[in-house]
Amino acid sequence: MKFSRIIANSGEWLSGDGPNRQIVVSSRVRLARNIRNKPFPGWAKKAERLEVMGLVKTAVEALPEMEESYSEPLESLSPLEKQVLVERHLISREHAAKAVGSAVVTNARQSLSVMINEEDHLRMQAICCGLQLGNVFDMINRVDSELESSLDFAFDSHLGYLTACPSNVGTGMRASAMLHLPALVMSDQINKIINSVNKIGLAVRGLHGEGTEAMGNLFQVSNQTTLGETEEEIIGRLNRVIEQIIEHEQNARALLSQRKPVTLHDQIGRAYGILCHAFSMSSKEALNLLSVIKLGIDLDVFPEAHRFPVDELFIETQPAHLQKGAQVQKMSSEERDTLRATIIRAKLNQMPGPDMSRLKISVPTATSKQ
Amino acid sequence: MEATVFLTQIVDGKMQKVNLCESCSKEKGVNDPTGFALADLLLGIGDSQQIEKNPASVKCPVCGFTQADFKKTGRLGCSHCYTVFDDGIAPMLKNMHKGTAHTGKTPAKFHMTRQRGEKLKSLQDNLSKAVAAEEFEKAAELRDQIRLLEAEPV
Repeated sequence: MKFSRIIANSGEWLSGDGPNRQIVVSSRVRLARNIRNKPFPGWAKKAERLEVMGLVKTAVEALPEMEESYSEPLESLSPLEKQVLVERHLISREHAAKAVGSAVVTNARQSLSVMINEEDHLRMQAICCGLQLGNVFDMINRVDSELESSLDFAFDSHLGYLTACPSNVGTGMRASAMLHLPALVMSDQINKIINSVNKIGLAVRGLHGEGTEAMGNLFQVSNQTTLGETEEEIIGRLNRVIEQIIEHEQNARALLSQRKPVTLHDQIGRAYGILCHAFSMSSKEALNLLSVIKLGIDLDVFPEAHRFPVDELFIETQPAHLQKGAQVQKMSSEERDTLRATIIRAKLNQMPGPDMSRLKISVPTATSKQ
Repeated sequence: MEATVFLTQIVDGKMQKVNLCESCSKEKGVNDPTGFALADLLLGIGDSQQIEKNPASVKCPVCGFTQADFKKTGRLGCSHCYTVFDDGIAPMLKNMHKGTAHTGKTPAKFHMTRQRGEKLKSLQDNLSKAVAAEEFEKAAELRDQIRLLEAEPV
């Protein structure tokens, strides 16, 4: 399968459906695995990396799940193409920095991807729409069980799966959900939520994981620890916390629509106005304004039919996707900002203006705290 | 000038002392009380010597990784490093994680080997008991069972 075919279709997690998908954009589970007694990628010499890559790539490509797949050594991808894969969450930013001796394999639906020789020999992930961490874990767990018959994974009876970084040892699992929390941001409650989530040993991060800024009111919540609990226990703990955050966001939305309808109208109206009429827009501004439109769709201010086109804009307006779409070798950031505004205008002008009379007003639940 | 900076370091059970005046200590960069290799530096013990003497410089026989490499990268060299550097890693894991022992998924292969190991051990224990109790008929039976299990392909 060619890179162009991956680009032509958006991932299933974007277009699909899933529980709580208004607030939970996607659920993702990643497993880190290594081959016994082979140097980890960061310590291995080029020849050793290539040997492991050959071994792992063959095994991964043979999986029934990867029957229709895109498999590529990283050195044959341009920096732009790598960035496109990062924006789709198919590879990490760290993996994009790798070249000879690293590879990526992903299925056509873009629901499974395996990074070969990232920080560990294998970093495999499954990603789905909405809140369904249990299902997503089952998907990747199946892949892991299939692979262990052909690959000799480094496993210790006491420490579990052995990883390059001691912070991943044990299950080697990082489960995360991408949450869209505009009302918690608007009502200044988000820092309180982040602090309390951090306190119970879970991490909250920005759009592209560790060390990235939160844009578009998108937050990634994931487990911090990997040793001492089973995979099911970790996912259960994460699920309970995410369900609480969802409830807080829903309450914040209800309170905004009840107590501050003018503020809400104003924010949605302004976002729509700017997106429809701007001629230059940075990717950060685009994400932040699109987030408000997305909230408007959730609250029935815009027709539901426009949900997918708006969700698509979140990805299409990212720098590498823009540039790839334009088929231009090199674009300045000013040129990208202009093109971004053009694409957004074209899409938003097909959408009717906000109809505030349709604003969904729900009653906050009793557990609401404010 | 009077010495006002006193450095004491113990290397391999030998105490090394350096006394410096304030201006000399500044000149030599001795103003960081946490710098642990200062005495070495001042007494002219080279870096290479220090690494050789340091028990923390044990090398992983599989991949050649040392503890110094870990300090630099925060990552280990290969899966065998976990056995080699166990003393240093165990306390770190304790601080980092919810527990110190893995309770999650086990690879099927490993699961089978472990079950087999446990069964063998219990048979062997029973055999010793049977021999000690001079129950030779039972011992012979157990011996046959052990031989059978050992002959099974893994």
